[in-house]
Amino acid sequence: MAVDRFPVEASHILMFARSIGDTNPIYYDEAHAAGTEVGSIIAPPTFAQASAQFDPDYFLRPKAGQKWFGSGATPSGAMAVEKEETSDAKGDEKKSGSSAGGLHAEQHFTYHRHLQPGDVLTGETKPGENWEKESKRAGVLKFSESITEYRDENGELVITARSVGVVTEKVIEQ
Amino acid sequence: MTLNATEIKVGDSYSEMIVEDLTRTQIVQYAGASGDYNPVHSDEKFVTEVAGYPTVFAHGMLTMGMTGRMVTNYVGDGRLTYYGVRFVNQVWPGDTLTARAEIAAIREEDGDTLVDLTISTTNQDENFVLTGNATARVD
Repeated sequence: MAVDRFPVEASHILMFARSIGDTNPIYYDEAHAAGTEVGSIIAPPTFAQASAQFDPDYFLRPKAGQKWFGSGATPSGAMAVEKEETSDAKGDEKKSGSSAGGLHAEQHFTYHRHLQPGDVLTGETKPGENWEKESKRAGVLKFSESITEYRDENGELVITARSVGVVTEKVIEQ
Repeated sequence: MTLNATEIKVGDSYSEMIVEDLTRTQIVQYAGASGDYNPVHSDEKFVTEVAGYPTVFAHGMLTMGMTGRMVTNYVGDGRLTYYGVRFVNQVWPGDTLTARAEIAAIREEDGDTLVDLTISTTNQDENFVLTGNATARVD
């Protein structure tokens, strides 16, 4: 995943906070925020993940004119097609999204400062380690790590995100 | 709310019910806000017939986000320096989740007082769905 321009906007922060059920006014009320220690609206701690909205190639968003692998007339519209198209994709999420077993295993954020409306970030993702583990409930687990550095317009590092995806050999037993 | 180092000690804990009876609609709401439209989270036909799961399930990041709300309610706004989790079990519609933070350490670093938290989120059957850690600046 590479994001050339991730504009952090107040309405997006509001919608994101709503979706996680967080009614803290620091995420939407400018007048309230002005009187707090942070002094302005900030984004919730996991907001950087919404940079996916600004990744033009993000695999897990339906795109106009392209087949989508979710259901329509049939249970899956385009699994084979999507898999082929994204075979050069580096990000684990892109590969795992089309299979039954691709799941998010870990997510870590290191905050150098907190995001505010008006920030315009870039996000550069590099692959990390890969490893395997045997599990009773899902067979062989293949883990892969990626590290994304979010920088502001001055090139300052704002958030470092470390993501671990896992592809399971079989569907996890419930 | 912020924490004051003189008023906290290792072993102190804080917990919140972060969602009661999780709805499919909230999962869809999170998909829209985050941009992650993986059909395993919203598409019953795909998830049961293609992916092979009993029904749709929540994004791990939704659980991390809701758990983060508990953490920031405890440590205060803009205080986190680190927040990381492992997703250890899936979260399903109808789940009621409780998130808990416990103070593992209070330490000094570069002139700041930091608190290390051990975090966990459990479902109504008291199974862990998320485990993790956070670090925050305290006064």
